[in-house]
Parts: sequence; structure tokens; C-alpha cells
Amino acid sequence: MVVSILHRATGVALSFAGLGILAWWLFALSSGPDAFATFTKAATSPLGLVVLIGITWSFFQHLLSGIRHLVMDTGAAFELGINKTFAILTIVGSVLLTAVLWFYLLGVAK
Amino acid sequence: MSLGDSATPLGRVRGLGSAHHGGEHWLTERVTSVALLFLGTWLLASLLLLPKLDQRTLIEWLHAPSGAIPMGLFVIVGFRHALDGVKVVVDDYVHQEGSRFTWNILLLFLAVGGGAIALFALARIAFGSIA
Repeated sequence: MVVSILHRATGVALSFAGLGILAWWLFALSSGPDAFATFTKAATSPLGLVVLIGITWSFFQHLLSGIRHLVMDTGAAFELGINKTFAILTIVGSVLLTAVLWFYLLGVAK
Repeated sequence: MSLGDSATPLGRVRGLGSAHHGGEHWLTERVTSVALLFLGTWLLASLLLLPKLDQRTLIEWLHAPSGAIPMGLFVIVGFRHALDGVKVVVDDYVHQEGSRFTWNILLLFLAVGGGAIALFALARIAFGSIA
């Protein structure tokens, strides 16, 4: 139930914030040093980092619960126990992957 | 809402009912999701494998076909999947026909516009010279 709602919420977040930032990033990258500096400044600000961490978590959560939905589309994993375990695993997995990724990123960068 | 055969022709038109494109939409959403599973993993792995995330490194990465082609696919499939997904949310929560239509048109424009900006930027990098 919660994971199903999260799938939608993260999907909407990725659609607007995720793809919006992707388009901005590519456009700034292609526009020259000044435009890219503006993007980098915004992305590495405290608010920018919170947004980026939120987007990476949304990405992992949506990816994992998406796999769960594809499995369920085949008619499998509807038994209460398996279904619940699978749902909880998507949250554990997404939080873990996000933590590992950002510890790595913030540890390596500078 | 389903109208049986007893509805008048006008009633059927007003009631709309199935446009018979639901199955196609459902399948497209899933096919693009599998594609994004690969493309999303590729994007994340590529960014992690780059030595630095500065402008020069990123432009060299996207200038090469091995970067530009998957990124182009990611943009196209990503915006399509986003449009298909958000449409389901709109169809579920916006009940008034007129505003649902308006929402879907706005989202279509937004997705096509955003995709065009991203593809233009990518083309400028892929076909431009490396400064």
C-alpha cells in the first residue's frame, strides 16, 4: 500500500524535478562555462544537494518498486508474506543505495 | 463507466467510454520501463566511472557516440515514460472531463518541450567541436 503510493509519488517527482534538472544540466553543459557554473553553484548549494539526494532516492525507489510491479504483472508474488517482504525490501534497498552513493560522492569529491 | 447497447448514439458519444487505446498505453509504459532499467543503470554507472564531473569531462563523454546515443535514448524514452505515467495519475485524480483534457494537453506540451530542450543541448554537444 505505502510502496504503491511511493511508486507514484517518486514517479511524479522524477518526471518534474528529475527530468527538469536533466534538461537544465544538459542545456547548461552545452551553453558554455558561465551557464554551467550557474548550474554547479545551484546543484552544490545545501538546497541543491537536498534536491539531488531526494531525486537519487526517488530513482532507486521507483526502479525497485517498478521491478516489483513488473513481477506482479506476471501474476507472481501476490501472497501476503512474499508481497510484504518484497515491498519492505524496495524501501530498504533504495535507502541503502542512496546512502552508499552519496557517501561515495561526497567522500570522493573534494 | 460503461454504457450498454441500450444507450442512444448521443448518450454514447457524451459518455465516451473506452477509447480502446488503454492496452497499448499499458504495454508502452511497461516496455519503456524495461528500457529505462538498462538506460538508467547505464547513466548512473557512466557518471560514477567518469574521473571528474567537470564541464570538459562531461562534454568529451557526450561528444563520443558511446555517450551521445544512449543519452539520446534515455531522454526520449524517459520523457515518454514520464508522460505515460503522469497521465495515469491525472486520469485517476482529475474527474472533470474538461480539466482532465487541459491537464493532459499541458503535460504533453511540457514533455515534448522539455525533451526538445534536452535533445537540442545533446545535439549541440555531440555535433559541436570540443572547446
